[in-house]
Amino acid sequence: MKYQSQKVAYAYFMVAMGLFAIQVLGGLLAGWIYVWPNTLSELLPFNIVRMLHTNALVVWLLLGFFGAAYYLIPEESERELFSVKLAYIQLAILVVGTLGAVGSYLVGIHGGREFLEQPLWVKFGILVAAVIFLVNISLTVLAGRKTAITNILLMGLWLLSLLWIFAFINPDNLSLDKMYWWFVVHLWVEATWELVMAAILGYLMLKLTGVDREVVEKWLYVIVALALFSGILGTGHHFFWIGTPGYWQWIGSIFSTLEVIPFFAMMSFAFVMVWKGRKNHPNKAALLWSLGASTVAFFGAGVWGFLHTLHGVNYYTHGTQITAAHGHLAFYGAYVAMNLAMFTYAMPQLRNRDPYNQVLNMASFWLMTGGMAFMTFVLTFAGTIQTHMQRIVGEYFMDVQDQLGLFFLMRLGSGVVVVLGALLFIYATVVVRREVIKPGPAAVAGE
Amino acid sequence: MSEILTKSRARNVFYGGSLFFVVVFVAMTAHSHRFIVNKSTAGMELTDEVRQGKHVWERHSCINCHTLHGEGAYFAPEVGNVMTRWGVLDDPEGAYEMLDGWMKSQPSGVEGRRQMPFFDLTEEETKALSEFLRWADQTDTQNWPPNDAG
Repeated sequence: MKYQSQKVAYAYFMVAMGLFAIQVLGGLLAGWIYVWPNTLSELLPFNIVRMLHTNALVVWLLLGFFGAAYYLIPEESERELFSVKLAYIQLAILVVGTLGAVGSYLVGIHGGREFLEQPLWVKFGILVAAVIFLVNISLTVLAGRKTAITNILLMGLWLLSLLWIFAFINPDNLSLDKMYWWFVVHLWVEATWELVMAAILGYLMLKLTGVDREVVEKWLYVIVALALFSGILGTGHHFFWIGTPGYWQWIGSIFSTLEVIPFFAMMSFAFVMVWKGRKNHPNKAALLWSLGASTVAFFGAGVWGFLHTLHGVNYYTHGTQITAAHGHLAFYGAYVAMNLAMFTYAMPQLRNRDPYNQVLNMASFWLMTGGMAFMTFVLTFAGTIQTHMQRIVGEYFMDVQDQLGLFFLMRLGSGVVVVLGALLFIYATVVVRREVIKPGPAAVAGE
Repeated sequence: MSEILTKSRARNVFYGGSLFFVVVFVAMTAHSHRFIVNKSTAGMELTDEVRQGKHVWERHSCINCHTLHGEGAYFAPEVGNVMTRWGVLDDPEGAYEMLDGWMKSQPSGVEGRRQMPFFDLTEEETKALSEFLRWADQTDTQNWPPNDAG
């Protein structure tokens, strides 16, 4: 850690990991209710559990992005943050807002637009926090060295904050409501968040592999260009069946198919940089997470997205467990794993120590990734059966669901593995210990 | 390759191209906005009652169990075509009675069956909700869902 003010990232990462634990435990409970549906059915109904699961996810990912920005911008700009105090005020607002949202969900006060259920005062709090954040990092960047990484990171964060305005716009016409709702939801995860993800990946590659900055930054621009060229009109794949015109079926199918390319590029970029780089960085776990994130993002967001994005296919699969399968692996690979890569890289430096517990951390990678992969396969099979029986044969929803019990049981099992992996990750990152297994001697040439 | 594609060229392509796609996207959504208002949802008037029904739908976060036009949670049935499924799309009175009967019989309490909570709605609210669901059902959704099962 070269700059004192980078330390604020520590508080952001700790709060993010706390919410991460809540998120996966909420997911576990939701998976449990799928198998034993009478559980808590009157005290804590499924809709509230799911709200906690999805909202906790989004908030901790954002906290991770904010923390990552506060960590890497001083190093990139070669100066201290504009204001450490503002960064802590921003975090305090977000923590109060989060606790307020959780409290009001538990007593049944919430909005009814999916993922945007926060009470109005919490939405304003998020807006205020975002403005504080943007002012703080923009003034830091403007006063210091400008790099492609900070350019792209800032652009992503500015645009995602601007899009938050649509969280306040809720037309009475349901179809208009749905169309503008996607301005937040899709243009976050399939456009602006990709800029943030690419910037963080670029930074990690620069630090971990030691490849020349010119090379990293050039490819970064290529990747984010591919992301926005495909992702903006790719929004069309949500405009197939909500009352929007028929031409979106072709626009959406074509451009969202192209959305696979930036994810493939990001994965290739990560592997090529590691291959070309000659730095032997001691934080192997951070390298594993960086490569893992870009790979799982390619499969989850890219391959599983393509699986049901062509309108001829989506006509039958829309809103089935196929969507759930894709959603889980895409979020895990692209945003959860990339955040965890950053935590793994930065936490030892923030605590001013060597990267300990790396073996545990790497084990947590395989537990979580294996669990999520299994969950995705299981839900894909469940969704395939559901699509056939409900959408082709025409059996009623609950009659079909009753026959999917085995898959939901296996999903619960994979969820248990993911939770164990998440808790192990938090333990390995937060609890200081010596490395349990000594690394071998420096590499020697093979025979 | 590295001589043709320099960093500044890549950056300019990124900015210029993104701007182009933003402009195209905004133009298409502006057209879609008009299409929704004048065509796809014009089959039934957007009355105050329908508006109130949408608020009832939102206040109880129905979307976190059900899907509506395929969007939402996948825990409970699609309701974008529920009035068609019940055969009461063109029958406001019948729609209200069906929905009211359904809402009042929840939760079923049946062991091993997914439970819908009991929502304490007034007669006016239930009426508004059923009108909202009838309004949603008449939207031109490009013939989705494929059948009445939703």
